[in-house]
Amino acid sequence: MKLFGLIAVFIVGVLLLSATQDFPSWGNPRSAASDGEVSSFYIEKTEAVTKVPNMVTAVLADFRGYDTMFETVVIFIAGIGIIAVLRNFEGSDSSIDYDNDDNGAGLLARFTCSLILPFIQIFALYVVAHGHHSPGGGFQGGVMLGASYILLALAFGLSKAKRIFSERRTMIFAAVGIFIYVGWGVLCLLLGGEFLNYSVLDSILPGDAMMARSYSMLVVEIGVAFTVTAIMFSMYSNLSTRGRLSKGL
Amino acid sequence: MTEHFPILILLVPLFGALIVVLLGRERPEQCWVTSLVSLGISSIISLFTIIIVLSDKVQTIRYRMGGWEPEANGYEVGIELRVDILAALVVFAVTFVGFVNTIYSKTRAEAEVQGKVSFFYALIQLLIVGLCGIVMTNDAFNLYVLIEITSLTSYALIAMGNRRAALSSFNYVIMGTIGASFYLLGVGYLYIKTGTLNIDDIRMVLGNNDLWEHQSIIVAFIFIMLGVWTKMAFFPLHGWLPNAYAYAPSMTGTFMAPLMTKVMVYVMIRVMVWLFGWDFVYSDQHVWRELVIWMAVIAIVAGSLLALARTDIKKMLTYLIIAEVGYMVGGAWLGNVTGQAGAFYHILSDAAMTFCLFIAASIIVLRVGDSRVSAFDGLFRKMPLTMIGFTVGALSMIGLPPTCGFFSKWYLISGGMKAGQWEYVCALIFSSLVNAIIFFRIFERAYFGKIAGVKEDLSPSDSDANPDTGIKEVPWSMLVPLFIASGSVLLLGIMNRTLFEWIQTALEVMNT
Amino acid sequence: MDPIIANFIEENIVPKFNYWIYVILMMIGLYAMITKNNLIKKLIGMAIFQTAIILFYVSIGVKEAGGIPIISHHGSEHHQEAGAHSEAGSENLKHNIIDKDKYANPLPHVLMLTAIVVGVSTLGLALAISQRIHKSFGTLEEDEILNKLRPGGHD
Repeated sequence: MKLFGLIAVFIVGVLLLSATQDFPSWGNPRSAASDGEVSSFYIEKTEAVTKVPNMVTAVLADFRGYDTMFETVVIFIAGIGIIAVLRNFEGSDSSIDYDNDDNGAGLLARFTCSLILPFIQIFALYVVAHGHHSPGGGFQGGVMLGASYILLALAFGLSKAKRIFSERRTMIFAAVGIFIYVGWGVLCLLLGGEFLNYSVLDSILPGDAMMARSYSMLVVEIGVAFTVTAIMFSMYSNLSTRGRLSKGL
Repeated sequence: MTEHFPILILLVPLFGALIVVLLGRERPEQCWVTSLVSLGISSIISLFTIIIVLSDKVQTIRYRMGGWEPEANGYEVGIELRVDILAALVVFAVTFVGFVNTIYSKTRAEAEVQGKVSFFYALIQLLIVGLCGIVMTNDAFNLYVLIEITSLTSYALIAMGNRRAALSSFNYVIMGTIGASFYLLGVGYLYIKTGTLNIDDIRMVLGNNDLWEHQSIIVAFIFIMLGVWTKMAFFPLHGWLPNAYAYAPSMTGTFMAPLMTKVMVYVMIRVMVWLFGWDFVYSDQHVWRELVIWMAVIAIVAGSLLALARTDIKKMLTYLIIAEVGYMVGGAWLGNVTGQAGAFYHILSDAAMTFCLFIAASIIVLRVGDSRVSAFDGLFRKMPLTMIGFTVGALSMIGLPPTCGFFSKWYLISGGMKAGQWEYVCALIFSSLVNAIIFFRIFERAYFGKIAGVKEDLSPSDSDANPDTGIKEVPWSMLVPLFIASGSVLLLGIMNRTLFEWIQTALEVMNT
Repeated sequence: MDPIIANFIEENIVPKFNYWIYVILMMIGLYAMITKNNLIKKLIGMAIFQTAIILFYVSIGVKEAGGIPIISHHGSEHHQEAGAHSEAGSENLKHNIIDKDKYANPLPHVLMLTAIVVGVSTLGLALAISQRIHKSFGTLEEDEILNKLRPGGHD
C-alpha cells in the first residue's frame, strides 16, 4: 500500500509540476490572472460602483454573492451534519446537574475571561461592521464571536455557556442567519430585479443605487455572522462532548 | 416571474430546509409535510422550465446573479446560470426523484434515524439544492462549492446509519475530498492562464489566445477529469461507492444511488463539450481518447462480473451502477454526437431504473429481513406488486424493449459502431448478457423457490397477510413510489425518440 | 551537466518557487491521506492537502509592488484638513485613476475564503464521523476495524 501510494503521489506531483513551465513567475503583475479584464475591473471600478473600498468584501458579498450564500449553507450543513451523526438525544433532556457538572477551569482563568470577553465580543462586532473599510466581514467576525462563546464554555463550564446559548437557540440563530441572506435576495426578486441584485433596493433604502449596494452588503454580512457564530459554538459543543452535551472538556 | 424560474427551483427547497430545522425534532410529521410540499413545488417549477426552454424564442435561459452585465470589456463579472434543455431535463429528474423519495420515506424515517428525522429532511433538501445548482451554474468555482455541498450532505446522510455505514462514509470523505480538490486544482490552473472563472469566458480566452497546446491546459483537463471521475465512481476510482450505498439507511440509498453519479456524468459532459470543446477533447494528438474508452470497457466488464459474484442484493446493484457509469463515460468519449446524446439519455434512463430497483430491493430487504439473494425465494406469489416493479427495472437493466434501457443501449451501440470502437460495443453486449444471467437467476428463485422466512410474526387474524407465509405487502406509501418509478422507466422508453431529438439538437448547438 | 541543472533551477524553480513548494506540500498531504492507517492521521493529511491548495491559489494573486486590495483614503483626509485646496484635492482623488499594479488581485482571496470555510466544514464533519466510529469499534486504526468486521473476527 505504501509503495502504491508513493508511486501515485509521485505521478500526480510530476504532472502538476510539469505545468509550471508556462506559469507566470511569482509576483508578476502582467500575468494573465492579475492583468486580466475581470481583476482589472474589480480593482478599478469597485469603489465607483458600490462605494465600498474593500474590494475583497465587495466581490465576496456583491459580485459573487451567490457563491457566498452557498458557502454559508456549507457551514450550516456542517453544523447540522455533526448533530445528525453524533448527537445522542437520550438522557440529555434531564435538567442540568449543578452538583456534578464541571465548573470549567480554575479561578484565574474565570477571572481573566470575565474581564476579556466583553472586549472580544465588541471587537468581533466591529470586525463584522467594518468589513467595508478594513479587512473583515461576516465570516471573520462570526468566527471571533463564536470563539468568545467557546472561551466562555472553556472557562466557566459548558453548562453555563449552554444556559446562554442553548442548542435550540443555536439552531434558530443558524437558520435565521441564512434566512436573512436568502430573504434579502428574495426581497430584490420581489422588487423586480434579479436575485441578489441590490441596486433595485434603492427604493426602500436611503441613498442611491450604489449606497443601496453598500448597505445590503452589510445586511448580508450580518446574516453570515449569525450563522457562523451559532455553528462554531454548536460544532465545539458537539465534538467536545461526543454528542452528549453534558460535560465539557 | 417566469424568467426567475431557474433560481426559484433552488430557493424553494432551501427555504424548506430552513423551515424544517426551525420546526425542530419534536415534529417529524410536519417536517415530512414541509419537505413534500417544497419538493413538489420545485418539481412543478422545473417542469415549467422545460416547457419554457423548449419554446422557440427561448433556447437557453441565462440568468445573471446580482444583475451584473458583462462590464469588464465583455467578460462576466458576476455568476450566471445557464439553463438549456439538457440542464432542465436533469433538474426535473432530480427534483422529481426527490419528491417521490420523500413519499417513500414517510414510514421509514422514524425507524431508521431515530429522533433525527428533521435533520434528515433538512439534509435531503439541501442535497437537492446542491444538485440543481450544479446542473444550472455557468461558473467553474461555483461548481466546486456546489459539489462540496452535495458531498457534505451525502457524507452526513450516509453516516447517520449503522456503524458500517459510518466507516463507509469516512472512506467516502477521504476519496471525495481528493476528487473535489483535484477539480479545484484544475480550475486553478485554468484561472492562472485565463484570468476568468466563467465557463463561456474561459473557452473564449483559450480560443483567442490559442492556449490549447500549453502543458498547463492539458494538465488542467486531466485533473478536472480525475476529480469528476472520482466523484462518479469510474473504475478504478470506484472504491467508495459499493459500501457507501449498500450500508446507508434505505431512504438515503434510494435517493443517492440514482442521482449523485449521474449528475457528475452531466458535469463531465459539460466540461468536455462546453468548457474545452470538441476539437481539444477529441483531437488525435492526444492519446487519451482511446485510453479512456478502454478504461470504460474495463469498467463495464469489471462492474458486471463483480455484480455477478455478489450474493447481497444491494451490493450487487451498486456494482451494476459502476458498470452503468462505464457505459456513460465510454459513450461520451466516443467522439460523435450520437454517443454523447446516448450517454446523456442514459443519464435519465439510468436514474429511473436505478431508482426503481433500489426501492424494490429496499422493500424486499425490509419485509423479508434478509439482504441476500435468497430473500427472493417465492416472492412472486407473496409480494406480487413489489415484484412487478422489480421486474420492470430488471428488464430495463438487461435492455429489453419497451423499457428505456433498451433504447439507451441502442443509441450507445450505434454511436460505438459509427466511431468504430468495437471493443465498446462488445462490452455493452457482454454486460447485457451478464445482467440477463443475474436477473433471470433472481426471477427463477422468485417464481419457483420456496418461501423464505418471515421477519415479523403476524397473527392469523391479520387480514393483509397471506395465510401461509405471513409476508405481507408493504403499505401504499412505499408501493406508490415504486410504481411511479417503474412507470417512468416505461415512459422514458416510449418517449425516447422525442427526448433523443431534443438532446441531439442541444448537443449539436453546443458542439459548434 | 552542471550548467544545465543550474540553468533549469534558475529559470524554472527560482522565479516560480511558490508553485514548487505548494505542490510538494500537497503531495505530502496526499501521501498521508492514502497510506496512513490511523483515521486521524488521514484527516491531518487532508488538512495539509487542502491548506496547500489554498496557499497555492493565494500565491497566484501576488503582485510585486502591490499592497492589500483595499483602497485607502488616508490621503484625502489629509487634503481636507489642508484647507484651500481641499475641494479640488478630494475631487481629484475621487476621480483618480486607480493604479491596478498597486493592489493585489482580490479574486483569489475571495475564492479562498470560500475554500477555507469548505475545508473547515469537511474537517468538522469528518471528525464527528471518526468519533462515531471510535464509539462503535473502540479503535481508530483501520486494519483493526477491518479485522473486527470480517466474519471470523470477534467484536
